[in-house]
Amino acid sequence: MSMDKLKTKVLGRRQILKSVGLGALALAGTGLSSKTVQATPDKASEYLSKLTSGAAGTKGKVTVKLPEIAENGRTVPITVSVDSPMTDGDYVKSVHIVSERNPQPEVISFNLSPAMGKAEVSTRMRLGKTQKVRAAAVMNDGSVYTGDKEIKVTIGGCGG
Amino acid sequence: MAKKPRIKVPKTAKSGETILIKTLMSHKMETGVRKNKKTGKLIPRKIINKFVCKFNGKEVMSADLHPAVAANPYFAFYAKATESGTFDFEWIEDGGKTITASGDIVVT
Repeated sequence: MSMDKLKTKVLGRRQILKSVGLGALALAGTGLSSKTVQATPDKASEYLSKLTSGAAGTKGKVTVKLPEIAENGRTVPITVSVDSPMTDGDYVKSVHIVSERNPQPEVISFNLSPAMGKAEVSTRMRLGKTQKVRAAAVMNDGSVYTGDKEIKVTIGGCGG
Repeated sequence: MAKKPRIKVPKTAKSGETILIKTLMSHKMETGVRKNKKTGKLIPRKIINKFVCKFNGKEVMSADLHPAVAANPYFAFYAKATESGTFDFEWIEDGGKTITASGDIVVT
């Protein structure tokens, strides 16, 4: 009799633990869904066109250097170079890097000047998942050139 | 935050030469989408949102950063050596705190 009581007691406790665990899981689930305000290729284009004041841009002149595969999306080296003489009369005004599948499309915007001598910038970025990273360069005459690169990401580096 | 930023500016250069500058700042770059695992609350965003590099007071390069820039923001870029002087670097954090560093170059 006393053994029986003990059993139900133990079971009861397990049950409670289980239901609490499930509840926590459910909560975590809703938390996740609320933050999936993901960037999409469309959103990336929209953001880019805002930065380039509406110009869609011509493909070319811009080279995006990224590794083929990023095992860890937390820190991925990226280099963007633009084919430009970088003289006072002909230079790259700005370079924008945009992600298609991160929580937010914006990554970084560089403001360049002829004092750089060479239109190439490197940094490290976070990547949420396998995606295309795009770059746009705005020249001093207002023309826009774009480039992109596909990258495979094994472990995402956004949020957590 | 107490750590000093690391910068690499060549000590000397020939006039007209294009030099490579590298900077590395220690910063967590809290994205604002991460959650505290214990409380489930969002950890507020705190990132470096602006980086500026000036040479003798004139802007060479600047950048507007977003949370997608990796922790410990690193930059590598070029500058044309025209005269001796000082490169001043500035990192601006969310909330306005500014961290600065500088490096001298002698141009021959």
